[in-house]
This record gives sequence, C-alpha cells and structure tokens, in this order.
Amino acid sequence: MTETDLRTHAEAIHDQFADRLDITVEDVEDRLETLVSEYKVPVSEARRSVTNTYLDQAGMEREELATGGGNETVQVADVDAPEEWIDLTAKVVELWEPRSDAVAQVGLLGDETGTIKFTKWAKSDLPALEADQVYHLRNVVTDEYQGRFSVKLNRTTQIEEREADLEVGDQDVTVEGALVDIQSGSGLIKRCPEEGCTRVLQNGRCSEHGEVEGEFDLRIKGVLDDGEEVTEVIFDQAATEALTGTELEEAKEMAMDALDTGIVADEMRDQLLGRYYRVTGPTMGRYLLANETEQLHEPVDPEPTLIRARSI
Amino acid sequence: MSTAPTREVARRVFAREFNDATYTFTESDDERAPVYVLLPTGQRANRVFVVGTLTETEDVGEDAEYWQGRVVDPNGDTFFTYAGQYQPDAAAVLRDLEPPAYVAMVGKPRTYETDDGDVNVSIRPESITTVDEATRDRWVVETAERTLDRIERFQDATADGDAVTDEYVAMATEEYDLPVENYRRAVVDALEDADTEAGEPEAAAD
Repeated sequence: MTETDLRTHAEAIHDQFADRLDITVEDVEDRLETLVSEYKVPVSEARRSVTNTYLDQAGMEREELATGGGNETVQVADVDAPEEWIDLTAKVVELWEPRSDAVAQVGLLGDETGTIKFTKWAKSDLPALEADQVYHLRNVVTDEYQGRFSVKLNRTTQIEEREADLEVGDQDVTVEGALVDIQSGSGLIKRCPEEGCTRVLQNGRCSEHGEVEGEFDLRIKGVLDDGEEVTEVIFDQAATEALTGTELEEAKEMAMDALDTGIVADEMRDQLLGRYYRVTGPTMGRYLLANETEQLHEPVDPEPTLIRARSI
Repeated sequence: MSTAPTREVARRVFAREFNDATYTFTESDDERAPVYVLLPTGQRANRVFVVGTLTETEDVGEDAEYWQGRVVDPNGDTFFTYAGQYQPDAAAVLRDLEPPAYVAMVGKPRTYETDDGDVNVSIRPESITTVDEATRDRWVVETAERTLDRIERFQDATADGDAVTDEYVAMATEEYDLPVENYRRAVVDALEDADTEAGEPEAAAD
C-alpha cells in the first residue's frame, strides 16, 4: 500500500463528507494510515471503518452517501458477502414480475462469471432497466438470503448504459435428491398466447390478458430433497418429455380421453415421486432449471457407511 | 417484504428412531406455525421421506374409509401411516396396492396419545408411490448417513461438560432419556442387512 493510494482513498472519503463535515483530506488520511500501518487492517476495511466514523459524526445513513466512484468494480461470481457496496457491469438477463409494490423492478443480472438477482426499490426512483441491455451500475448493495446473494439498487445508484454486449456465463449447479413433490401448475398446462406473455392460465384466464385461447405446454415444478436441503426444480417441455417419456401430443390425447388435464400430472406423480434424481442446470431465483436429468439407479455400496457407523 | 414460507425439508430416519420421537413442539404461537416432532438424535422434523416395504393395509375407519398402512424398514421396525378423506390420493394407493410392495412415502409426523398414556407416532402421507428395490437400497444408505450425521452432532454437542449449544440437541437431552447408541445400532443393523443382500446374494437366498 503506497501513500498515494491511501491519499486517493482519503480524497474519495473526504469528497463524500465535504459538504457535511468540517474535515480535511489530511484528517482522513491520518485515520486510514493509523488503521493500515499500526493495526494492519486491510485498506478496504480501513475505508469502511473510517467511513463509518464519519457517518456517525454526520448523523447520516450509509445509503445517503454521494459516490465518488470509490467502490470496487466486481464481477457477479465474486459477490460473496452481504452489505457490501459495489459497482457492477452487467446485462439484464431477465425481468420478473415484482411481487410487492415496494419493488419497481426485479430480475437477473449477468456477466461473464454468472448471474445474480437484483432488486430495484420503487422509492429509489431510478430509471427503468431494459432487458438485454448492458449497464454499468455504481453503488449497489449486496444482500444475502439463505446463502444466495443478490444486489439491491438504491437512491444513490448511478445507472449508465454501455454499448458493448456481454456474454453471460452460465453457473450450472448440480443437485441430487429424492423427488418429494410435484407442485400444482405441473403437467399439461396452458399458457397465454399474447406476444411475450407466456403466463400460465388459471381456469382459462391470464392474470394480465383475461380470458384467452391458451396454448398447451408441458412443465413440472418439482421439489428435490436430500434430507438436508430442498431445491425447487422446473422442468420445461423438453426436460419433462425426456424425464417422463411422454410427449406433448401424447399428453394432450391422455387429457382428451380422460376429459381432464389433471390426469397428466397425476401420471407424472405416480411415475416420478419418491425416486432419486441428479439434475443439472442454471438457477433462476429460487428455481433450478433442469437441463440434464438422470435417475440415480446404480446400486449404492453400503460398506463405507457401515465402516463409519462402526467407528463412531 | 413478503416471502413465501420456506418448504420444510423431509428428514431421513429409521423407524426405530421415528417411533421414539414422541415430543412435539412449534416455534411460534401462530396457529399456522409448523408442528415438529423432536428426533431423539436432536433434530426437528416437520416432514419425513421413507422408503420401505408395505406389508399390510387395512381400512380401520368406522363410518368413512380410513386406511392404515404398515411400512417396514430393513430392521423390521414399522412406520405406521394413516390416510383418510383428506389424503384421497394416498388413501387410494393403500386401498389398491397389493402388499408386499416397496413404497416411497412423503409425509408429516403425527403423534397420538393412547388411552393408557403411550404416545404413538405415525405419518400422515402427502404421497405414496411404488418404487423399485434400487430406490429402497439407496434410501437405506442415505438414511444411515443422515442418522450418523445427527449422532455425530449430538455427541460433539454433549461431549464436554459445558452447556449444550445446539438447540435441538439440548431439547433432546431435556425431553428424552434415550441413548443415541440405540440409533447407531439401528444404522449398523440396517447396513449389515443391505451389505449381506448386496455382497452375498447366494447366501442370502437360503
């Protein structure tokens, strides 16, 4: 850590508080210097600590800080702690339907290293993000829920459009477990045919477009459970056909014969529940999207477990 | 912000331990709060996944159909399950299935106090499906592993004389007087059974 680096950090912090506190760049640098040289604290921690001190003095909340572009620009896969202020260059991969009025936009951001959920609060009053557009986002905060990280845009976030496109990396995960549930909304379903809608119809109605002539689709919303964790898995038409061996046309005939679309999901439950599977695919929010599915059928050798049991 | 309640994991437990899990509790006063049974190895269970041999079904209902099923694990211990009008799919499976058959069952633990004060533990099924032997064998090894995980955690938490920090281990030492050695034995017995079947098919056939 050279002195010029510390000076740069000190200037950045000073700029953030210049209009609220009567401090000089030297004051800030002294504090940083003490932490870094005497207490051997990493410079990022020193910066946090000093910033906190001034926040207290100024009676400000962290999110009120003006940004001097002082955050680290990180990649999606590097996000590994909550409540860190970072800058990101990422593409809007997905926009989801917000489930609360407090949320203006929610969806998925991605860069070369993977994808991460983002939330933009309604009260932050920020411009709308467009799907497939790459942005440089300054001053977003990381968050964590059940081991999954996300970023939150806030009042102080600056959004800049970028021209260059980004190749979004996949972040496939593999989960093994017993299929313990096939949830409602599985089997033979109908989707809204409106351009770009694809919502699943409930009793022939789309929540956005009302009564419509739906288009048939196959899907399974399943739950894999390994006795420690549960994973919600979505099998799209191709994955469902591969898993069940039943194609869409066949499923439609089954439903027609039975005069009930529910029979398709019932058959799937009989065929799949209680078996063990290994599923690989990307995650989307709380769901794992099944790209590859394999039933775990090979015999398991009990010997290692027996040795373990005897050694306790 | 409202978040959907997280789904409860399905615990893996042999019948010997499950039938000892007579103590139930909730984590809050909310009337919809999930009910847990306390496994004697120090883990809460609101859902279980079991695979075993369905050996017997019987309609024990008086007015309406109420099906009892006995599902036996490799130790010969029995999981009892009951399905009535509120579990129509599971009741239909118990009605139609011809024992013996390997079945996989997902369900909720329920306790019931008998007239002479004993507490019986049973499973209210969410689903029952017929499966093959390979699936049963996988469940046995998996259940053994999960049980050993719990036993190790129990032993670590109770090793030194200090206060037990693990919440459910502490609860188990408080509520039960059941040595976890019983359940280690159940694991060994189940695996020896599986080992014999896998390794010496000739001998096992006698």
